Amino acid sequence: MNSRINKTFSNDSKKLVTFVTGGDPDLETSKKIINTIAESGADIIEIGMPFSDPMADGPTIQVSSTRAIKQGIDLDDIFSICKNFRSLNDQIPIILMGYYNVIFHYGISSFVDSCQKNGVDGLIIVDLQPEEDPELLNAIELTNLDLIRLITPTTNAERFSTILKHSSGFLYYVTITGITGQNSANIEELNQSINIIKQQTKLPVVSGFGIKNAEQVREVCKVSDGAVVGSSIVKIIEENLNDKNKILTLVANFIKQLKAGIEK
Amino acid sequence: MQNKNSYSQWPDDKGYFGKFGGRYVAETLMPLIIEVEKEYNEIKKDKTFKKDFEYYLEKYVGRPSPLFLAERITKDLKGPKIYFKRDELNHTGAHKINNCMGQILLAKKMGKKRIIAETGAGQHGVATATVCALFNLPCVIYMGEKDIERQSPNVFRMKLLGAEIKCVTSGSKSLKDAMNEALRDWVTNVKNTFYIIGTVAGPHPYPSMVRDFQSIIGKEVKTQIQEAENKLPDLLIACIGGGSNAIGLFHEFLDEPDVKMIAVEAAGLGLKSGKHAASLSGGKPGVLHGNKTYLLQSEKGQIEEAHSISAGLDYPGIGPEHSFLFEEKRVQYISATDDEALEAFQYCCRLEGIIPALEPAHALAILKKIAPSMRPEQVVVMNMCGRGDKDIFTVAKAININIS
Repeated sequence: MNSRINKTFSNDSKKLVTFVTGGDPDLETSKKIINTIAESGADIIEIGMPFSDPMADGPTIQVSSTRAIKQGIDLDDIFSICKNFRSLNDQIPIILMGYYNVIFHYGISSFVDSCQKNGVDGLIIVDLQPEEDPELLNAIELTNLDLIRLITPTTNAERFSTILKHSSGFLYYVTITGITGQNSANIEELNQSINIIKQQTKLPVVSGFGIKNAEQVREVCKVSDGAVVGSSIVKIIEENLNDKNKILTLVANFIKQLKAGIEK
Repeated sequence: MQNKNSYSQWPDDKGYFGKFGGRYVAETLMPLIIEVEKEYNEIKKDKTFKKDFEYYLEKYVGRPSPLFLAERITKDLKGPKIYFKRDELNHTGAHKINNCMGQILLAKKMGKKRIIAETGAGQHGVATATVCALFNLPCVIYMGEKDIERQSPNVFRMKLLGAEIKCVTSGSKSLKDAMNEALRDWVTNVKNTFYIIGTVAGPHPYPSMVRDFQSIIGKEVKTQIQEAENKLPDLLIACIGGGSNAIGLFHEFLDEPDVKMIAVEAAGLGLKSGKHAASLSGGKPGVLHGNKTYLLQSEKGQIEEAHSISAGLDYPGIGPEHSFLFEEKRVQYISATDDEALEAFQYCCRLEGIIPALEPAHALAILKKIAPSMRPEQVVVMNMCGRGDKDIFTVAKAININIS
């Protein structure tokens, strides 16, 4: 219960959750980007584990994943990013997000061990639903790791109980039917959906997919406990590959704007 | 002795063939996929569906396809009697349409208004576009940029049939990436769209559903070979990419212990070259496109590009049922290289007057090697799963003949 995620959600303020692909554009810059994001006001940091076939991601995150893979980034590099961040910051939760194959390939128990040793707090695995995750749940049972589950606009009443049964940390509401970095949700519909979820769980609900700027973060935070911004940050990296210092400056400014949007 | 453990009763309730299969997709798709499973289980028992399916297979596809004794090849190889199951004579020129016919009837029953599909060689794309024209449903086909270049006749065919072709430029620009894009489309348009997967892969129930629709091949063979030879075949042989034509031929015979089976993967430039598409011979278990199965992947778990001269075999995975049959050793999985397939392609043209697709040419390449060691009273059935008209440009280029 004393996990970093629970502590983060122990007050009522809305949370800014950010996503970047680990190791993009290179290992060292990626470490700096993640530190910059934390210093600029993010409450929770998601680090993407690069995968060759990211089926739920739009073009921006696809190419960032490809950039990282071309740099030879693997899970041990991702853990070194986590370890580096933990040595500088002991409060902000780190969530690893990605696809099951790389974890399966690494070995589930080795993966969980490395998560614990390197200060990881939660996991989001896009293509692993409750039907297929008992092995992983088993492995994290005695750890502080949370398996954060996704709920989407198509999730029906029958599935809520299945999903909520072993959820911990918080819930991730996918605001649209679609992939990352594309359309944005209608706030009215989002409000209704989140109210339905809130009737069934006390877990915080964070919204993600298609949230691109401070204005949208503010709107989404009116109806949920936090907002995830990913593709828009990754886009800054993509557009400034030749100037790594500029990436850091622009990312810092952008995170501050998003944070100010929440606090307004 | 009776075989107590059946190979034909899989998958289990969760969609597993032993350790392989399952349902690894985004949550957005889960409710729909569960719905597909429910509806599929219903139509399996539904007499009207069965009647419709059989009607279209007979009157439109042209089934049953003949079982043909390839006499000149039999004589030349001096081994067993060799029969071809002529699925290349189906409407649209390959076995793919058997499955498309089943799935489009299911999509209609579910009230879906839009069809998507992925294609590699274009045969599944053409078959999907065909049934969409027949049943008046809009059709979007995802195809890798690399495949669009090497399969231009099929691209034009799909366009004539009214399908929209989406060129996929991500990743390796071939079948696996087309499947990624189709899944992205599906997640986005989940409410009105049905995804017709072309092979025995994907999330449960696709691997067993596609197999069931394709198993008509083996069922016909069972009757036809009894009529011709009054016995079961000694050996079944088929090529394998995702594995739909192979499982279609094999499934009816899985619990017949005296029937041997060989599936031929594409060895591309050779298994040691790293440029091949032999997921079982050269891959490891992993998770991709909704199922756990053998995949070509790096030591870090990134999916690797497959390579084969045959676009239809150029896929880094394989259906989960094949991974199961491989580990159970029920089916023997061997591979043939691009060069061996090219040689068998020309051999078949000259000896039997049949231009085979490059895919079944892989099966013939292996058959050529093993037939001489078999006995004259033995009987082999090879699935001639597609015709080779689509491949003539690829073959001409490979053997340095300019026909453009």
